[in-house]
Amino acid sequence: MNSFKRNLQEILKYPSAIAGSLIILLLVIVAGIVLATIPYSEAIRLWRGGEEVWYANPQYAPPAWINYFRKEKLPVSFSLDSLETDGEKIVTTFEDVDGTTSRTNITYTFDFQADVVPQEMSLYFDAVYVSKQPFVSIKWITPDGRELRVGDFGVDKRMTYRLSQDEKLKRRLGGVVPMVGLFADPNSETGVPLKGTYQLVLESVSFEKDSSIHAEFVFFGQVFGLAGTDHLRRDLTLPLLYGVPIALAFGLLAALGTSVLTMIIAAIGAWYGGWVDELIQRITEVNLVLPFLSILIMVGTFYSRSIWTILGVTVLLSIFTGGIKGFRAIFLQVKESAYIEAARAYGSSDIRVIFKYLIPRMIPLLIPGLVSSVPAFVFLEASLAILGLGDPVLPTWGKIINDAQTNAALYKGLYYWVLEPAVLLMITGLGFAMLGFALDRIFNPRLRGI
Amino acid sequence: MSKDTLLRVEDLVLHFKTQKGSVRAVDGVFFDLAHKEAVVILGESGCGKSSLAKAILRLLPRNIDKYSGKIYLEGDETMAMDDENYRQNVRWVRMSLVPQAAMNSLNPVLKVGDQVAEPMIIHHGVKKEEALIQAAKMFQHVGVPVDFLDRYAFELSGGMRQRVAIAMSLVTAPALVILDEPTSALDVLTQANIFNVLKRLKQELEVSFVLITHDIATSSELADRVAVMYAGQILEVSDAHRFFNEPLHPYSRMLMASVPRLRANTEPEFITGQPPSLLDPPKGCRFADRCPKRFAKCAEEPPVVNVDGIQVKCWLYTS
Amino acid sequence: MTDKQRDVLLSIQDLHVWFELRRFGFGHAGYVKAVDGVTFDLHFGETIAIVGESGCGKSSLMKTILGLNKPTKGKVIFENLDVGALSGEALRQYRAHIGYVQQDPFGALAPFMNVQQILEEPLLINGVKDAAERERRVRKVMEEVKLTPVDDFLHKFPHMLSGGQQQRVVIARAIILEPKLVVADEPVSMLDASVRVEILKLLRGLQEKYHMAVIYITHDLSTVRYFSERVFVMYAGNVVEKAPVNSIVHNPKHPYTAALMDATSDPDANNALTMRELPPGEPPSLVNPPPGCRFHPRCPKRIENLCEVEEPYDLQADDHLVSCWLYK
Ligand SMILES: Nc1ncnc2c1ncn2[C@@H]1O[C@H](COP(=O)(O)OP(=O)(O)OP(=O)(O)O)[C@@H](O)[C@H]1O
Ligand SMILES: Nc1ncnc2c1ncn2[C@@H]1O[C@H](COP(=O)(O)OP(=O)(O)O)[C@@H](O)[C@H]1O
Ligand code: SF4
Ligand code: SF4
Ligand SMILES: [Mg+2]
Ligand SMILES: [Mg+2]
Repeated sequence: MNSFKRNLQEILKYPSAIAGSLIILLLVIVAGIVLATIPYSEAIRLWRGGEEVWYANPQYAPPAWINYFRKEKLPVSFSLDSLETDGEKIVTTFEDVDGTTSRTNITYTFDFQADVVPQEMSLYFDAVYVSKQPFVSIKWITPDGRELRVGDFGVDKRMTYRLSQDEKLKRRLGGVVPMVGLFADPNSETGVPLKGTYQLVLESVSFEKDSSIHAEFVFFGQVFGLAGTDHLRRDLTLPLLYGVPIALAFGLLAALGTSVLTMIIAAIGAWYGGWVDELIQRITEVNLVLPFLSILIMVGTFYSRSIWTILGVTVLLSIFTGGIKGFRAIFLQVKESAYIEAARAYGSSDIRVIFKYLIPRMIPLLIPGLVSSVPAFVFLEASLAILGLGDPVLPTWGKIINDAQTNAALYKGLYYWVLEPAVLLMITGLGFAMLGFALDRIFNPRLRGI
Repeated sequence: MSKDTLLRVEDLVLHFKTQKGSVRAVDGVFFDLAHKEAVVILGESGCGKSSLAKAILRLLPRNIDKYSGKIYLEGDETMAMDDENYRQNVRWVRMSLVPQAAMNSLNPVLKVGDQVAEPMIIHHGVKKEEALIQAAKMFQHVGVPVDFLDRYAFELSGGMRQRVAIAMSLVTAPALVILDEPTSALDVLTQANIFNVLKRLKQELEVSFVLITHDIATSSELADRVAVMYAGQILEVSDAHRFFNEPLHPYSRMLMASVPRLRANTEPEFITGQPPSLLDPPKGCRFADRCPKRFAKCAEEPPVVNVDGIQVKCWLYTS
Repeated sequence: MTDKQRDVLLSIQDLHVWFELRRFGFGHAGYVKAVDGVTFDLHFGETIAIVGESGCGKSSLMKTILGLNKPTKGKVIFENLDVGALSGEALRQYRAHIGYVQQDPFGALAPFMNVQQILEEPLLINGVKDAAERERRVRKVMEEVKLTPVDDFLHKFPHMLSGGQQQRVVIARAIILEPKLVVADEPVSMLDASVRVEILKLLRGLQEKYHMAVIYITHDLSTVRYFSERVFVMYAGNVVEKAPVNSIVHNPKHPYTAALMDATSDPDANNALTMRELPPGEPPSLVNPPPGCRFHPRCPKRIENLCEVEEPYDLQADDHLVSCWLYK
């Protein structure tokens, strides 16, 4: 359509509109990709997963990229699973001794260049046997060629061995904490860890024909992934990414629902006048003095914290506000237009006048307001979550901040935990605000004439 | 220039800058006017009449593309004056304006008397009481009861508000008042009343008028001279008697023929087509595509020809 | 054909249209008596002009005919249908029988619809379901009002059209349902002089071709001669003079009509040399109109002790009716 093209051209004249649109476009693309790759049920499973899902992650780990800003580099978390072969890093050898007894050697090799020791190193065993446990002995080879005995034990079907919690190992290392002891540079006074290639060698013997053994070596560094982890070892990229579609959906649906319903109700009131209009006016006046947030908090506390309930209540409470008065004032003016009188003269019904003649006149005014109100709703959803009234099952930005707060993240210096969702919130708000601002400039001068 | 000439406009140009290009709203306008005379600027809507008024009074918007030409007011070249000098000594002191739709743009929260007194206070630095006395005098001249000084604009009828606007333009005793469509939105009787007022003012206050209008019939109520404007240009400048009896320019003739008359039995004829866009007006005669007399030469810009004192911009009159 | 031989299309009988004035939104504060006892018949195919100053009740009368206002008293009968008694769907359907041409063409067109959409609306609303049929009728009516070539205009929006073209769209919309009556409320007062005649001629041509009745409302007497058979002059809510157009123009009887004529200029340089004789003052308030003849405070021919006391009634002189004591 011609006027659409013209409006688009005009929008492109505002740098802020372009920047805002780009931000929104990017968010929408991210939301699309996220929804396509992580189904809703999967997201919820992961988010609610706890230790079983997230055992391989460190706790409270800032994102890996903070190393770029640090002089003292922190070790990055990783895991090596003997079920997968990964070049040099995992080497598994198998030797059949006599048809029943067999030896399996697993060697994990990794490069360590950090200035700080890891939080923890663990082995997650997975043994197959009927009655006789396989036996494993573990060696630690340092970059300078020293070989340390770590431990020897029989392996249960599923068992976890945490190096830092092995009291015997601690004693063997001379009473120092295993993580420090294992990485210690013998020539250094300061206890700076030795850099280079380390190896962890598992030598196991199985005593049954079909017995086998696998182990996943998990190196719990001090930093993790792109976004870091929380108190439950959860990778924060999940809620950060999943928060995009949720924030957009909530913000857009609430803004759209509120604006469209407000407009329709205002149009109906202005058109019919009389008691209909009076009623709408009175409801609005009452609603204006009702404490909006308190009602939401009450609904969240006593009824349901589902995002859909909150969305519904938010829209309901936002319809009858100042907006309805503004729309009404303009509708009352438009109502008197000659073209509406003409429409009545050639037989338009009331409904047709409202939807075909009154409302389309308002749409140019509606759009900037709608776009500008999106951030408010995004922030509202986040605020509720921060107050602990977020949807209990959904991974959202507000929920991250809420978790961070209950775990005293700022007190502990875990700034990433709060800053990441906060920055995303700000970018989203900024995108819509910038576009809304430009749209307002474009659409409003034309409306002054009505 | 004769000694009696009050205003003389030569080749006045005012172009506006817009997104689509330059709008040539005033594009080489000329006319002159003697003391105690009224000249009518006649033209269709959008031909640049109000822009001409703005150009003469230097009431310019910001999007000016070109503003040039010469304006002599009692021999002084006002285009050469700097803005401050112009504001202090010309606008509203020697020339003033009743803008289009003035009666609807009075300040709704000020008493009309105060509004009429305002220019006196600003330009002559007089005290408010003195200015109000002057305003009351003006009310008498334009036929507004003096007790209306204390009323607000919304309490007055359209005709009364228009008279107030006229009083406001006259209160500083300028030699020239430009009236932009002073009666267009008014009823016949009110219109006729305002013209009675203007005729009387012309005699009593010895003021000259530039009357801008598209209404040919009522313009004859005041006109001593007539200038016909079309697409930013002047096509004919004539004296009223000759113009209303028999205009020369083909456009003027067709305009005259389009006027419905109450007292004659002629059937009015309309002019087909529309005026050209001022964004990109045609090269030659701007009236050519509607002109029944068009011939080969009209593809070039016609000169202004003097036919017994009437100036016509048309190839038909070149000998 | 004389009027008597024609059938009556519209009959206005002692029509009163009063608007209640409210103080602070409630509390009665009198009535604006916009139409106060108007009676006339309009015949099939007849054109009449209603002339009067703004605020005299012309538009209120016309809106009552269109069913947009309710009569306070009296009747509007359209082909045996009592318009004042209609409501709901019946009223909606009735309105579609009358074409309506408004004063401000730009305001009369929805700014967000193009010409095709605008012209299709009455058809859609009145049950023309077939899109091809609608387009055919839209094109036909655009040819009628000379919005040609049709394809150039179909998809234009109102702001892309000149005032004259906008008014053509309004006229096309008014006649697209082939009404028996068209009401044109000051259809040319917002247009340029050269376009006015064009639009009036177009309207007259259509009227003759389709034999529609037309009510032409104006305050400009100089155009009525080219347009109407009869002229009704209205003053302060009353019709004060009803006559064939030639009678009015050559022999105005009511002092108000005479004043309107005197105030109307023809282009003539001599106009500038003389003052016009005009009645003093302004039209009265319609809340408390003057007693007796409503024109008496301004009338130069007032008869003392009569005009300000008793209301004059219609005095017949052939087909020339006048409400003035001078013609008793
Ligand atoms: N500030 C402006 N910027 C751009 N274009 C303008 C400006 N002011 C006027 N114009 C254009 O200049 C042309 C002449 O306008 P102007 O108001 O002088 O016409 P006019 O003859 O007074 O018309 P009317 O009879 O409708 O008052 C029009 O095309 C108008 O749109
Ligand atoms: N809806 C209304 N409510 C109150 N007063 C009205 C209404 N419509 C018209 N009037 C008044 O009725 C009088 C006649 O108006 P109108 O019929 O529009 O006159 P005209 O068309 O002759 O100019 C005016 O005083 C006007 O203010
Ligand atoms: S110059 Fe030519 S086209 Fe223009 S008005 Fe004269 S005859 Fe017509
Ligand atoms: S009735 Fe009397 S006052 Fe009224 S118009 Fe006739 S003469 Fe004048
Ligand atoms: Mg103008
Ligand atoms: Mg009206």
